[in-house]
Amino acid sequence: MSGPPSPSPGPAPRRAGAPPAPSHLSAETVERARELIALYPEARSALIPLCHLAQEQDGWLRPEAMADIAALVGVTPAEVYGTASFYDMLHTEPVGTHLVSVCTNIACLLGGAAELLEHAETSLGVNVGGTTVDGAITLEEAECLADCDRAPCVQVNHRYVGAQTPESFDRLVADLRTGARADEIPRHGTLVRVRRSVGLRAGRDRVVAERAAMAAAQAARAEEAAAAAAGRKEGSA
Amino acid sequence: MAVTDAPRIVTSRIGFDDSHTLERFLATGGYEGLRKALTMTPEAVAHEVDAASLLGRGGAGFPAGRKWSMLRKNPVSYLVVNGDESEPATFKDHLLVERDPHQLVEGVLIAAYALQVSQVFVFLRGEFALGLERVQAALNDAYAHGAVGEDIFGSGFSVDVVLHPGAGAYICGEETALLESLEGKRGFPRIKPPFFPAAIGLYGEPTVVNNVETMSNLPWIIRHGGAAFAALGEGRSTGTRLFALAGHVRNPGVFEIEMVKTTFADLIHAPVLGGGIPHGRELKAFIPGGVSAPWFGPDQIDLPLGQDEVAAAGSMLGSGSVVVMDDHTCAVRAAWRITKFFSRESCGQCTPCREGSGWLERIMERIETGSGREEDLDLLLDVCDNIAPGLTWPPQQTTICVLGPSIPSSIGSAIQMFRDEFLVHIKEGGCPYG
Ligand SMILES: Cc1cc2nc3c(=O)[nH]c(=O)nc-3n(C[C@H](O)[C@H](O)[C@H](O)COP(=O)(O)O)c2cc1C
Ligand code: SF4
Ligand code: FES
Repeated sequence: MSGPPSPSPGPAPRRAGAPPAPSHLSAETVERARELIALYPEARSALIPLCHLAQEQDGWLRPEAMADIAALVGVTPAEVYGTASFYDMLHTEPVGTHLVSVCTNIACLLGGAAELLEHAETSLGVNVGGTTVDGAITLEEAECLADCDRAPCVQVNHRYVGAQTPESFDRLVADLRTGARADEIPRHGTLVRVRRSVGLRAGRDRVVAERAAMAAAQAARAEEAAAAAAGRKEGSA
Repeated sequence: MAVTDAPRIVTSRIGFDDSHTLERFLATGGYEGLRKALTMTPEAVAHEVDAASLLGRGGAGFPAGRKWSMLRKNPVSYLVVNGDESEPATFKDHLLVERDPHQLVEGVLIAAYALQVSQVFVFLRGEFALGLERVQAALNDAYAHGAVGEDIFGSGFSVDVVLHPGAGAYICGEETALLESLEGKRGFPRIKPPFFPAAIGLYGEPTVVNNVETMSNLPWIIRHGGAAFAALGEGRSTGTRLFALAGHVRNPGVFEIEMVKTTFADLIHAPVLGGGIPHGRELKAFIPGGVSAPWFGPDQIDLPLGQDEVAAAGSMLGSGSVVVMDDHTCAVRAAWRITKFFSRESCGQCTPCREGSGWLERIMERIETGSGREEDLDLLLDVCDNIAPGLTWPPQQTTICVLGPSIPSSIGSAIQMFRDEFLVHIKEGGCPYG
């Protein structure tokens, strides 16, 4: 990775305007964040993946985490907040251990989703958007989750749990509370448990250089093809 | 005829429990398409795709080969795969990423080679937790297998593929919004012109954006040739296509069907497909291509599943999702829910879309809940007309992207087909369906 030469040990020199070192995200999260940043030609592209990482650490997107992300990708904390607040999956307020998303869009509506959501509110004792007092469940009304043949569709922490009836919903919630499905459904924030193992690293310079090389190869092939065509023409004349 | 004997092009492996593993993939012809492509020139690979006349499967239906050939004069920097799949009732890419992630990876590599790009981003909606894990695992396996990375299969061609999770926003399916999101920003669509991805795309450089299903067709096309693909279907709608069938049918699901040769009636009623409408009920209406599409009634059920055929009848095949509503469905409620979706997902940049969707939702809500007024029907149509002047199909665009002009589709259809139902809601002060 390019960048300034690594600083000598001891307190980091403080330049005016230099971003502070991450202080909230754990060393492991920061290391994974740096790996992700290196995958993109521009650091800011990693902003959303980093928000997911922070949610994996904390369960939601804390202001301190957003400050760290800002420093890591080179933008202001306000820009991180402004971006994150646009996206439904990035939670700038605390979320329960399990985020239960009930889709009520068209196919699920036809399959009884409105009734299921009503049942969920009563049975959990919260309104849509609320979290149970024990902090176990946050209930959310979702737009289409692309599982419309199993309507009404429910996800827990973005894992599909199949179509639900009011009865199966209550069993599901009981299982979540006892941890019976913890292997299959990690706590809220953990999204992709499979980590990238190998591969090239991006970087704008590499992309530009390879693009130039490929364009040159393409031009050479075109020239070759044109020469061959001209040769055929001459031959047939 | 309900079902033709067309080969399964993108769903050939999904009958296997381990369809997502490299072992199964290699045992069933996996990477043969890529290996063959690498022996051809990139131009020849692109030519096969052009000959297949593969239409983009993301919604707009633009021919993939044409998109690529426009870029041949201008070298491409990035290939971006659109796996946002958020159009309500669309769930075909869900199947492809979870059940055959290697096929997607192979297709992506073929496209990267044809376009000569060394950097690919696969954007999947964040709600696909399992899909993201499957695709990342497939990429890891592919690296280990020598199919991705430096000098793939000893061809001298190098390519990196990065999996990028979305974070929940329908609008990021629109290709320019997707690029903004990939740059770490809010998903605000860009104005076209000048921001056609092919000209000014990711990081301002020429970029090809293609859908997951579009990519997943490429291995078969290269193995069997573009002509074999073009021999299936009819006219411009070649090959097979995935149709996601949901709502009031006995067997909802994703079906791979030869284009044009099959009708909506077949899809909904054939025992091996939708299996008909349950509980002895009748068809009231169906949405032929995602909630952005105008609705059809029972008299249009014999239309073939072809892009131009559906367009000529005044709607679109769009994202390949078909929603069936039986005669116990409240048309007002259905249209209200769709409008609520658009109102929630409008990115807010354009006034007609942002304000219009909110007004429409509130008017629809009051009709459904019993406080509608007679004038509301005209008011609805008037607001719709402000979003898409003339209420033509395809709609006129007054906004940055086509989310805005798609909003009137369902309300317009519902009023046109079920005006009496609106009037009953208004006169009786509530929903007759309870
Ligand atoms: C509001 C809106 C949402 C869209 N959502 C998707 C989507 O979820 N997936 C997709 O592939 N294309 C979507 N599209 C279409 C893309 O802009 C683009 O046309 C497509 O990804 C190109 O790929 P294709 O040519 O292979 O179909 C959407 C378009 C609009 C206007
Ligand atoms: S039409 Fe709607 S979604 Fe599209 S850019 Fe304008 S406000 Fe955003
Ligand atoms: S409409 Fe509910 S998952 Fe698609």
